[in-house]
Amino acid sequence: MSRVFVPKDSGARSVGADAVAAAFAALGAEVVRTGSRGLYWLEPMAEVETAAGRIAYGPMAPGDAAAALADRSDKRIGLLAAFPPFARQTRMLFARVGLIDPLDYRAYQAAGGGVGLAAARAMTPDAVIAAIKASGLRGRGGAGFPTGIKWQTVSQAEGARKYVVCNADEGDSGTFADRMLMEGDPFLLLEGMAIAGHAVGADKGYIYLRSEYPDAEATLEAAIAAAPFLDAAFSVELRVGAGAYICGEETALLESLEGKRGMSRAKPPLPAISGFMAAPTVVNNVLTLAAAPAILAAGAAAHAALGSGRSLGTMPFQLSGNVRYPGLYEAPFGLSLRTLVEDWGGGTASGRPLRAVQVGGPLGAYFPAALLDTPLDYEAFAAAGGMLGHGGVVVFDDTVDLARQARFALAFCAHESCGKCTPCRIGAQRGVEVVDKIIAGEDRPRQRAVLDDLLEVMRDGSLCALGGLTPVPVQSALDWFPEDFEREAGS
Amino acid sequence: MTVLREIDYGTPAPKRARGDVSLTIDGRPVTAPAGASIMHAAMLAGIEVPKLCATDRLDAYGSCRLCLVQIDGRKGTPSSCTTPVEAGMTVLTDTEKLRRMRRGVMELYISDHPLDCLTCSANGDCELQDMAAVTGLRDVRYGYAGKNHLTAAKDSSNPYFSFDPSKCIVCNRCVRACAEVQGTFALTNLGRGFDSIVSAGGADADFLTSECVSCGACVDACPTATLMEKPVEAHGLPDRSVDTTCAYCGVGCSFRAELKGDQVLRMTPLKSGGANAGHSCVKGRFAWGYANHPDRIVKPMIRDAIVEPWREVSWEEAFQFTADKIRAIQAEHGRDAVGAVTSSRCTNEETYLVQKLVRAVFGTNNVDTCARVCHAPTGYGLKTAFGTSAGTQDFKSVEQADVILVIGANPTDAHPVFASRMKRRLRQGAGLIVVDPRRTDLARSAHVQANHHLALRPGANVALINAFAHVIVTEGLVDEAFVAERCEPASFQAWRDFVAAPENSPEAMAEHTGVPADDLRAAARLYGKAGNGAIYYGLGVTEHSQGSTMVMGMANLAMATGNLGRPGVGVNPLRGQNNVQGACDMGSFPHEFPGYRHVSDASVRELFEAAWGVALDAEPGLRIPNMLDAAAAGSFKAIYIQGEDIAQSDPNTKHVLDGLRAMDCVIVQDLFLNETAHFAHVFLPGSTFLEKDGTFTNAERRINRVRKAVEPPGGLADWEITQRLAQALGYPMAYGHPEAIMAEIAATTPTFAGVTYPKLDRDGSVQWPCTAAAPFGTPIMHESGFTRGRGMFMITEFFPTSERSGPRYPLLLTTGRILSQYNVGAQTARTGNIVWHDEDVLEIHPHDAEQRGLGDGDLVSLKSRAGETTLTARISERMQPGVVYTTFHHAAGQANVVTTDNSDWATNCPEYKVTAVEVRAANGPSEWQTQYRELAAATSRRATPGAAAE
Repeated sequence: MSRVFVPKDSGARSVGADAVAAAFAALGAEVVRTGSRGLYWLEPMAEVETAAGRIAYGPMAPGDAAAALADRSDKRIGLLAAFPPFARQTRMLFARVGLIDPLDYRAYQAAGGGVGLAAARAMTPDAVIAAIKASGLRGRGGAGFPTGIKWQTVSQAEGARKYVVCNADEGDSGTFADRMLMEGDPFLLLEGMAIAGHAVGADKGYIYLRSEYPDAEATLEAAIAAAPFLDAAFSVELRVGAGAYICGEETALLESLEGKRGMSRAKPPLPAISGFMAAPTVVNNVLTLAAAPAILAAGAAAHAALGSGRSLGTMPFQLSGNVRYPGLYEAPFGLSLRTLVEDWGGGTASGRPLRAVQVGGPLGAYFPAALLDTPLDYEAFAAAGGMLGHGGVVVFDDTVDLARQARFALAFCAHESCGKCTPCRIGAQRGVEVVDKIIAGEDRPRQRAVLDDLLEVMRDGSLCALGGLTPVPVQSALDWFPEDFEREAGS
Repeated sequence: MTVLREIDYGTPAPKRARGDVSLTIDGRPVTAPAGASIMHAAMLAGIEVPKLCATDRLDAYGSCRLCLVQIDGRKGTPSSCTTPVEAGMTVLTDTEKLRRMRRGVMELYISDHPLDCLTCSANGDCELQDMAAVTGLRDVRYGYAGKNHLTAAKDSSNPYFSFDPSKCIVCNRCVRACAEVQGTFALTNLGRGFDSIVSAGGADADFLTSECVSCGACVDACPTATLMEKPVEAHGLPDRSVDTTCAYCGVGCSFRAELKGDQVLRMTPLKSGGANAGHSCVKGRFAWGYANHPDRIVKPMIRDAIVEPWREVSWEEAFQFTADKIRAIQAEHGRDAVGAVTSSRCTNEETYLVQKLVRAVFGTNNVDTCARVCHAPTGYGLKTAFGTSAGTQDFKSVEQADVILVIGANPTDAHPVFASRMKRRLRQGAGLIVVDPRRTDLARSAHVQANHHLALRPGANVALINAFAHVIVTEGLVDEAFVAERCEPASFQAWRDFVAAPENSPEAMAEHTGVPADDLRAAARLYGKAGNGAIYYGLGVTEHSQGSTMVMGMANLAMATGNLGRPGVGVNPLRGQNNVQGACDMGSFPHEFPGYRHVSDASVRELFEAAWGVALDAEPGLRIPNMLDAAAAGSFKAIYIQGEDIAQSDPNTKHVLDGLRAMDCVIVQDLFLNETAHFAHVFLPGSTFLEKDGTFTNAERRINRVRKAVEPPGGLADWEITQRLAQALGYPMAYGHPEAIMAEIAATTPTFAGVTYPKLDRDGSVQWPCTAAAPFGTPIMHESGFTRGRGMFMITEFFPTSERSGPRYPLLLTTGRILSQYNVGAQTARTGNIVWHDEDVLEIHPHDAEQRGLGDGDLVSLKSRAGETTLTARISERMQPGVVYTTFHHAAGQANVVTTDNSDWATNCPEYKVTAVEVRAANGPSEWQTQYRELAAATSRRATPGAAAE
């Protein structure tokens, strides 16, 4: 009987992948549960193994299984290699996601897994760091800090013990790449952590996972138990957060990891010097660590050859919101926002005109259609007053009210602030109230002046990026969509 | 500000000295220690950067965002409290941008703060108010209609301070102080974002029911009126202050007494305090109200017999009455029929005067002190080993200890301020070994856990220390170089052979100690291999039949491992009372003049004979138990007891009372009609530490000044009372001020030679020896050699105590203290501390309780061969099976009617820590308690109070 691949990814499961898998199994098919290919509008997808390769079908209902097995289904997509939405991507990080059973280590190896770690362990730690530096890899969590330099700092810092901490507290709205990777190819993350451990001289790694990802938790626990390369010389422990967005901020994450209330720490000292338990600590995002194996396996040059400017390699962009083809698209940096949203994403799902795109999570800027030609790289986005962040792209059509979005940014901050610094703790709440007054048309010139002053205090006075970046979406709304703040109250 | 505050540098000085760096702040060249914050450096240069969350007692936090600065070449506006100085940095602290930001921050703060400054208890002493002024905030444009905390309910559950969250700015100074300074972690934040609040542990928790230990660190840290002392709330801010020294335990914390007129409103710990560095505990910080308690006796009283009511008389009459009695007794029964007990709670100067009175005026050496019942073995043991009767370190030393060995001490209860310092070191990773029959908080509690808790059987200390030493000697852990260079070789060899013998092995000694040999070996290795191993001990060491032996055993251990003569090591007694060290130093023992010099030493006698103008006795006098024995036998007739309640504190109460009742003249000088006063003929109203000048010497030999804040209500300070009594006895004694007494002490006592009041006023304190060679005192003893020359190892053979459990008395009782109460409770039981501990309870292991059918809260009879009392049972897994525990803070408990007159072989220090007892259910007070209450009632009557006043 033929083999069928059905995602076990929680996104696919949420639209019925489990029932589809069961339907195939009931028909006698050998069902292999995999990660998702990331083409979410086609989930639940199923791929039937044939002599010609895996033939994809989607979006599937359980009743479609028999037809798919007989290759007479109207859900037929065909070979993904020939399907443009997938074929035009450059799958580096996500090369194996959707291809194999995430917990089958032999399949992982067969698909090229483990090569990077073996290469790294044959090298001196300094040589590994040199390779990472040469690759141009930058932190995928949002700040884009050069990974090699961070690793070198930890490597050179004084400390009896050092740690590698993976930031898997993926809390930005519209982002899901970390989750997909952890659910779809967990060994890759663990391999990347082991490479980092070797490079910096750490014998212990922690994954700090958000509690909203129970499937990823189960998969990672199983992968940690199964990974043959984890041992006394480098072990990994999984810790689950408690629902606080701020714990994705690296210093708050470390506090939480230490068992304390998740509150941001002042920097300096940098975590690389004094991080977990005051020891030198690498704190990297899931995608950053997952990028390391390929760099060690294929060489730094191959990584550096992709991308644009100082943004090298690929980035899994996560497209969502009011968009026709939502999903994960891995591509080299430098792709234009327009290509991603209009060509790959197919424009708005509603069919109405696109009005705004928010890139980089809830603290990212709202770009108007006029900025769609901005290339997706760190510097270009910064120059346009935005940030790439973790690669989340959320699309809005012309029904969006940016004054309300600005209010949302402040309300989000007021809710998610750790409560430590004054600008964020009190400022965000007052910001909500001021925007409410503006929306209600109360003494708008005075309230605008108050809001401008508040945004300065938050931007320049906050302790960490949460308070510091909250003004970004608000400011972009004010700058690009001023009319939304000038509407007649009640309209 | 109405009360002078100490300068606040915003962040602590760097922990490690790494040289200085030069930078420019606001155009001024500034030099600051490397690692200091910009804020700290600016303050050193006199530039005060606005701040709210920063204070130099706490690590930098960076939350208020008022202290933002601009730095050339750096982006943004970093907080100056969290940014370290760097060489060549150019910093601006006051630009238009920064002013705008700070005003913006203050505008946010004030948008959620009640506008009640004029009626606020912190008005004039509020940092938030100061910052609003500094930043020039004129308008809160957000208005006051937004979300706020203004209706949050006030928590007044703590007896001493209130918590008003409506005024809280969530700077977390309280939370951080509780964690960093006190180490209790009782406070936390709840909620997040705008809803973040400070809480004593949970949504429904109030301060009283929380883990809060009322040390006051949070109140001290609070920049607003959120945490405020109740007396300040009630009476307004203080208008004057006097720096002085706490009169509770042997830590000797420095405080600023803040007063309004003659009323003390609060005591705030001084950062400059050598012993406490700005910290305090519930006793010193808050429990000073006893000074104004209605029980306070302020008029002298006399009577001819204890069954008569007291008559209030003038001072003159009281002194004449007393002098006549003493002279008559001496005429009839001889010079040696009288004696005195000095007080470990009074000043050095007062203690010196009492022993002078005894030796020069009474003409006898019958003087003793309460150290007899606590740390006499320390004096004896350490003098034998090292040559000095005192601890070897300063408290600060613990900050450099790598392994801390706590034996028979419960510092989180009895020496809390030192315990906090120790816990801070433990949080930094130092190892901890606790030797205690009971699971103390240091052994294991929410935020501390000892690497090893050796829960030995009471009475087995020497067995344990010998087994410990056995491991050191047989496993190659001796510091041979130290021993060869510093110690008596013959004594070391003899000791090494002794402890190496198989009968001293952990395996052999386990039978006595009850400690598994493997645990003991592991603990010994931890201490033996420590870079710096420090021993701290308490009365669990000394109050045993082999108390002195155990002190010498610890001294041996420290010498053998080279743990002496530098910071981080040592053998350190945690002294019980505020001036027990000083009382010992001041010649309170019957065989020693001030400075521990034997009375038989003719040259010392000559010195004092010249100073005092009388001939002195060369024979040692009587110790307290001997005085009581002699009284019962009819040869000892009068005793002058200053600030000591032997009827409650000394062991075997019945024996003590028999002695007191046999005397013709018992003179009690105290604040209250204490238990001993029931048997007295003369009552002289004493003065509290707030009412006099003088000095206390703490457990680290630190001489601290006590300064008069208010007048004694009876009119005389304790030293004046002794002086007037001496005059009534015909001896010319005419000191104008305690300073003159200290001058005489310095002139006659070599270790005090360099001590003067001006020096103490200038330096704050000084640790003896303070001599020409060490004019600034001696924080660490024996640095280049032992006082006696070479360190002396003593053979410490273990002899089990005769006090053993058996069929009639199957349990062992051990006694101790609790945080909120102090000693016999004379002071603390007359304060708000009573809410935490209003009776002495008997802690008993669940197994022992179940066998006896006892439940938690049941009344139980505690009976030994000496006596019987009834207490309330508390079932507790702190106890090991077979061992029960109580405190002696309350007279009603009568714990010491149960303890026996067994004592240390060398010093007569009572064996309080081991009494064989039985516990069974009881219906009410024991026969003894009933009798005693009747007796006390009959002997404490006062003739129509007030009527006899002149």
